[in-house]
Amino acid sequence: MKAGILLFPGINRERDMALAVRQSFGAEPRIIWHKETDLSGIDLVIIPGGFSFGDYLRCGAMAAQSPIMRAVKDHAARGGYVLGVCNGFQILTETGLLPGALLRNAGLRFLSMDTTLSVERNDTVFTAKYAKGEIFRSPMAHGDGNYTADEPTLDRLEGENLVAFRYADENRNGSARSIAGIYSPNLRVLGLMPHPENLVDPLMGGTDGKPLFDSLAAA
Amino acid sequence: MKPVNADLAKSFGLNAGEYAKVLEIMGRVPSFTELGIFSVMWSEHCSYKSSRVWLKELPTKAPWVIHGPGENAGVIDIGEGLAAIFKMESHNHPSFIEPYQGAATGVGGILRDVFTMGARPIANLNALRFGDPALPVTKRVVDGVVRGIGGYGNCVGVPTVGGEVNFHPAYNGNPLVNAMTVGIAAQDKIFLSAAAGIGNPVVYVGSKTGRDGIHGATMASTEFDANSAEKRPTVQVGDPFTEKLLIEACLELMQTDAIVAIQDMGAAGLTSSSVEMAGKGGVGIELIMDNVPQRETGMSAYEMMLSESQERMLLVIKPERSEAARAIIEKWDLDYAVIGHITDTGRIVIKHHGETEADIPLAPLSDAAPLYHRPYVEAPKPAPLGPVSSPLGLDEALLKLIASPDLCSRRWIFDQYDSTVGGQTVKRPAQADAAIVRLEGTNRALAITTDCTPRYCVADAEQGGAQAVAEAWRNITATGALPLAVTDNMNFGNPEKPEVMGQFVSAVKGMAAACIALDFPVVSGNVSLYNETESRAILPTPAIGAVGVLEDASKATGYAIAPGQTLILIGETQGELGRSLWLREILGLEEGAPPPVSLLTERQNGDFVRGQILSGSVAACHDVSDGGLLIALAEMALAGDTGIALTVENSAAFWFGEDQARYVLAVTDPAPLLAAAQAAGVAALTLGTTQAQNYLTLPQGVAISLTQLREAHERFFPAWFAL
Repeated sequence: MKAGILLFPGINRERDMALAVRQSFGAEPRIIWHKETDLSGIDLVIIPGGFSFGDYLRCGAMAAQSPIMRAVKDHAARGGYVLGVCNGFQILTETGLLPGALLRNAGLRFLSMDTTLSVERNDTVFTAKYAKGEIFRSPMAHGDGNYTADEPTLDRLEGENLVAFRYADENRNGSARSIAGIYSPNLRVLGLMPHPENLVDPLMGGTDGKPLFDSLAAA
Repeated sequence: MKPVNADLAKSFGLNAGEYAKVLEIMGRVPSFTELGIFSVMWSEHCSYKSSRVWLKELPTKAPWVIHGPGENAGVIDIGEGLAAIFKMESHNHPSFIEPYQGAATGVGGILRDVFTMGARPIANLNALRFGDPALPVTKRVVDGVVRGIGGYGNCVGVPTVGGEVNFHPAYNGNPLVNAMTVGIAAQDKIFLSAAAGIGNPVVYVGSKTGRDGIHGATMASTEFDANSAEKRPTVQVGDPFTEKLLIEACLELMQTDAIVAIQDMGAAGLTSSSVEMAGKGGVGIELIMDNVPQRETGMSAYEMMLSESQERMLLVIKPERSEAARAIIEKWDLDYAVIGHITDTGRIVIKHHGETEADIPLAPLSDAAPLYHRPYVEAPKPAPLGPVSSPLGLDEALLKLIASPDLCSRRWIFDQYDSTVGGQTVKRPAQADAAIVRLEGTNRALAITTDCTPRYCVADAEQGGAQAVAEAWRNITATGALPLAVTDNMNFGNPEKPEVMGQFVSAVKGMAAACIALDFPVVSGNVSLYNETESRAILPTPAIGAVGVLEDASKATGYAIAPGQTLILIGETQGELGRSLWLREILGLEEGAPPPVSLLTERQNGDFVRGQILSGSVAACHDVSDGGLLIALAEMALAGDTGIALTVENSAAFWFGEDQARYVLAVTDPAPLLAAAQAAGVAALTLGTTQAQNYLTLPQGVAISLTQLREAHERFFPAWFAL
């Protein structure tokens, strides 16, 4: 699987993501500038974390209008894989590739710490190397991670088993139904707030995030 | 515009003697713009006129020092062809007037000092001092400063990995915000600021210039009074998004061969950057103000030259590379404007609307800058603390101390800082005595810390200065890293008061002695004077930022203990309670002499501990500092969520004394370590063992549950901000 990492002005975790991809895939990801329009040859589009366009206006809102996002929509429509983490998740909701929105954290403060996530299903390309129901540790670092959607949408996400991860110990940012990440209906687009890419090396405190990248590498 | 005379000069911060010198240099009455340039260049903030004669006492050289003080930041060799580039800088005055923006732009400014030299910033730290937590204003300042540091650092994607926080009423009207950035560059790709090449274009990159921060450097060079809130317009507003673009754009441009010289526009903005670049290069510079990107209409040359608008850089570019350079900068949606050129006149010439607004010879502007040998009075050495008795049991005292503002958990603060971005953070806050950040693509890591104990400095600034350096050295050593070099941030009151100048002189003497004894040169720094509000000075605060290197990042040692370990104290304990936190928090006294610093012992104990860590025999290590031995042990227990059973001694002085040069080591096999200590002539004492039960058991059997200890330790900040 060939991975491409999108780079918008203000994105700041593209290097972290590249490290995780390089380690699991054994290949260098392509860094794709937001003004490019060509995703040919890319199987997995990754939108990393950061503050695209300074998070001005609304997190992810301006990045959603960048030229590359039209190509990402086409890629998703063709059944291509997309992973959006943190700001990447916000961009995916702003683009309409995933439902709902990410509001300011419930306590109105930036939250940077390890959290624990439960794996809601392991029959996807993103989670095959986790056990169903497994709880793993992941750093998180965001000011706007409070997932929200209207009740019918939340019911549909749960009814169609599209919740990817939930906060297992403490739902610090106030997300509806403790949702930390969700899938598209075809299970090929995943957005999540925490940063599994920052826990893929024992030296940094653990490898709890590595199975996600190993799963993708094996797909 | 007001007429230029001695009164106007005074309102710009120049005294009569300084204005006379301006007249002498110019041979005529200067223009308004020229007077503005002189006044900011000769401000305390930019000229170091009160401190320069003393800063020369500090050692700045070592075989591993590549660039010492004088460049935008210090540069040291950290092996494998890499250099660490770092500096700490204050943003004290703006942070009181406008805490969020003051702190945010402090982070932005220090980042620019580092990446302007070609380094990718890999870590931010800070050293913060606030007033009495009982005052509402303190809470407002803490909240704004923490949000500001987080707001800026998180957005630019540089992890904030460490720091320190103290509270004392002496900072009520004058908090200290000292920000430190560490960056990494290839040793053969370091960029300097000396301009060269007659005719080369001078290029402005970054945000547009507005009217914000005019005379910010002058504001930072005076005391505060009741009307200081009126100075809010002198505080700049930061835009971390633009800073992030500037970092990426400059680093990308530095991969090409276009840059002759580069400097950020920091304090005194376009004035100091252009004057310093041309001055260092021994050339002249001509700037056309009409070409400066402007955010507001109708700005005068004076306003543009003195604006401290943020996120701007000044470059001298090779003319044949200018268009390629423009393409890179504009790719990042930043302004790229040729605003002038390098000349051979040795003068700075400012033109606007076809008129010459300023024409000043550069050499006297810097060489003839005022230099003061301020009168000083060093304080007499304090008498030692007399006998004191403890009103509380060890357990009660421990619970009270570990809950106090100066010793409680800083989790509420560091949970608001992104400490993992970059993917290289080996030890995050509250895991080790120094932050550990690996160098991407290598097995090496840097250990980084900030330290100062102002309550020692106010009693004995010489001992306090030495102690600040020694504690930084010890904190790096306790991780297994080799301490390499220091950046200092000298925060003091009004230097025109002999007793304040005396504090400064004493602190420099103590620091110099410690830096020499520990092979720990000062490679960069910043002086912040006039930290007074209504004539009340802060505690003398020579904050030290320090960097060390670990050749093998996997050897980095934290202070979390585990069951099955023996705890060994390295270093002698006399029970030094003078100026201790125990004395202040339990007896309400700030008296006596601070613990003496023996640099020989410091070095001997530290070298021994580092050797043991690198040999692989140490499972955890923590230095003993604020609050003494029992606090250090409690922190180890909480970090590892593991109990401790103590078997020795029982006096408050033993457990809460702040004797220096001490470490607690956790080892699985104590005998070889004790033998090695004896062989090395290092004092070692077995304190007890870790235990599976979640209790800290004191020598006479009193047990405190870790749950209770943790609750006390974690309570202060969340409770304060829940109100």
